Amino acid sequence: MIRKKKCVAMLLAGGQGSRLYALTNNIAKPAVSFGGKYRIIDFPLSNCVNSGIDTVGVLTQYQPLVLNDYIGNGQPWDLDRSYGGVHILSPYQGKTSSDWYKGTANAIYQNIHFIKQFNPDYVLILSGDHIYKMNYAKMINYHILSNSDCTIAAIKVPIEEASRFGILNTKEDGTIYEFEEKPKKPKSTLASMGIYVFSAQKLYKYLEEDSVAPNSSNDFGKDILPKMLNSGEKMMAYQFEGYWKDVGTITSLFEANMDLLGNKPVFDVADNSWKIQSRSPLAPPQYIGDSAKTDNSIIMSGCEIFGSVENSVLASDVKVGKGSLIKNSIIMSDVTIGENSVVEYAIIDENTIIGDNVVIGAPKETDKGITVVGRGLAISNNAKIDGGQMIESNVKGDN
Amino acid sequence: MRAVGIIFSNIHDNNIPELVRVRSFGSIPFGGRYRLIDFPLSNMVNSGMDTVGIITKSNYQSLMDHVGSGKDWDLARKDGGVIILPPFGDVESNTLYNTRLEALKGITSFLFRADEEYVVMTDCDSVCRINYNEVLDYHIKSQADITLVYKKRVPISNSIDYGTTFEIQDGRIVNLSYNSPLENKQANVFINVFVMKRSLLQNIVMDSISHNKKSFTNDIIAENLKSMKIMGFEHKGFYAGISSLQAYYESNMAMLDSSNRNEIFGDRSVFTKIRDSAPTKYGNTAVVKNSMIADGCVIEGEVENSIIFRNVKVGRGAKIKNSIIMQNSVLGENCTLNCIITDKNVTVKDRVCLSGNDNHPFYVGKGIMI
Repeated sequence: MIRKKKCVAMLLAGGQGSRLYALTNNIAKPAVSFGGKYRIIDFPLSNCVNSGIDTVGVLTQYQPLVLNDYIGNGQPWDLDRSYGGVHILSPYQGKTSSDWYKGTANAIYQNIHFIKQFNPDYVLILSGDHIYKMNYAKMINYHILSNSDCTIAAIKVPIEEASRFGILNTKEDGTIYEFEEKPKKPKSTLASMGIYVFSAQKLYKYLEEDSVAPNSSNDFGKDILPKMLNSGEKMMAYQFEGYWKDVGTITSLFEANMDLLGNKPVFDVADNSWKIQSRSPLAPPQYIGDSAKTDNSIIMSGCEIFGSVENSVLASDVKVGKGSLIKNSIIMSDVTIGENSVVEYAIIDENTIIGDNVVIGAPKETDKGITVVGRGLAISNNAKIDGGQMIESNVKGDN
Repeated sequence: MRAVGIIFSNIHDNNIPELVRVRSFGSIPFGGRYRLIDFPLSNMVNSGMDTVGIITKSNYQSLMDHVGSGKDWDLARKDGGVIILPPFGDVESNTLYNTRLEALKGITSFLFRADEEYVVMTDCDSVCRINYNEVLDYHIKSQADITLVYKKRVPISNSIDYGTTFEIQDGRIVNLSYNSPLENKQANVFINVFVMKRSLLQNIVMDSISHNKKSFTNDIIAENLKSMKIMGFEHKGFYAGISSLQAYYESNMAMLDSSNRNEIFGDRSVFTKIRDSAPTKYGNTAVVKNSMIADGCVIEGEVENSIIFRNVKVGRGAKIKNSIIMQNSVLGENCTLNCIITDKNVTVKDRVCLSGNDNHPFYVGKGIMI
């Protein structure tokens, strides 16, 4: 029997995430921390595993070191397989040509041999910048039952936001008859989620044609999908209902983290029926000291809390000194905060050290915006960082 | 590496019958996310040892599940790694071993197959950080036949097992007494770590088979204090001996002290099986003081001076004090717990009130609903 896979997933993880500014100076967007213990890529990877897809190519390009390290051999997701499993696909040098990935379609095209070696019936294209739980198996089933050549996952968005998305105009049965990329006057509120199922042969055909097409930007949304529609291929919209958040901006990343808080959170990562797997840190249980306060927050192992934490998300190994207050903030792993400091409405990236009597950020009500402190920085005693600032180098306080 | 490791996972079962009813001694949960075997196993890994045999006896499913391939200790190796040694029963009398020496008789093939020059043997009844390299260096430098590690301490009160104590002159053990009440005096208490040449251990085991010797301490150590050079190595760091339920309780509580905690966990090198849990969530009614809390918990009540394992739910208005709550327990709303040890999967219903005493904690067995 010839071995084959029903479906191979290709995860586009090369995005720079320039709108996350300091948070993606040294790491790719899919490697950005989320929800105290996760990285963004955990969500599509866990969705794959939970949907029974065990062959995933992860296409990296921008600052892949942290991401490569994090994925490793795929063991945390049970993707360390001898046939299939997770594979990191970085741009490579070829005999006749070598190139960076020019567009999303080009990235897949350059790795078409990777897909073909598994001889799949379907190829699932994913992106690494969304937080959601989705059963891809249902979508693939829908694709098969509707005899589709390409199926695009779509979600209803509020009409006032529709002009930020690629909009799918469909007939009643879900057949797509028109794409509109960020339309000024949207006809529908069905937005593409950037998740595509292709029948493999069709994908190969259009990728190969696109690779030699002049003036193509080698992009799925701009080139491949419109070409397929114009050629009369059957394209379906698969409507997804549930939580889905693009975390491409500081504000949306912040909001998505806050959606985890509360008794009945908007988005529940702790739900065991669809487990989000991740590479877990090796740290002892968190220690909450005598003078500490932990109010409506998420806190990871290895933390030592002696101050107050309110409405915040703390990743592993964060230290909060006596008298300090962390409010409405996201603190990523290995951050140390001294005594009597205040961090409010801010995101503090990994490995940053904050001294005593420091004030970072301004209350949300002041409308100054979210303050971001980049990774590996030192913020000295008595420093003041006002709301809405983007800190990318060390800050000294006035003594 | 110079030494092969041997861990006895069942040797002290009589000390805490409650906790070993459903598991081996080595898989007793400790400190919010660990099991007792993690401490000797991590000590061996951190000392650079890469072949470790774990001797089991009964109820070792949980231990096998925990250790698995050894991957979490970096001991899933082609060459060496961690090897679980199931008990080697006597077919004629249909019994398992009862003593350390009998257990060693069952693993002679493991001992002969190893190629390390030395052997480090330890039990799972202690929480401490020992660099076995230092013990080995001392052993070699002092040209000892056998080196035993001890801790100077006052034995924990109301323990049934005072253990073995040494009288030491110039580093050499000259006298040994077993289980004699010490009236709260400091003594050199053996912490069940042995270092010797593997060839010597092989000879001891073969000899004890032919002469039907039973006890390592009585028949080997005590008998040979004069004929062999048996040295004592003092462990100066933190040490918690798990010799009774009370000692288990106090050892856990000792982890709430920051200097102890830093010594044991500060450099993040106590390894354990990694399980995925979501981060712990605190509701806006949560009040937590001086407690260790593992991942996956949902805390909405009050927790003070307690150790909370993974995936525990503490309901609104609940007051949990001076307690150890093992994983997957659910503590209902407005319940009150003081000096309680709940085993795994315990459910305490709303408004239930339970109390032990800090010199006699009350133990609630696995899966019980109150």
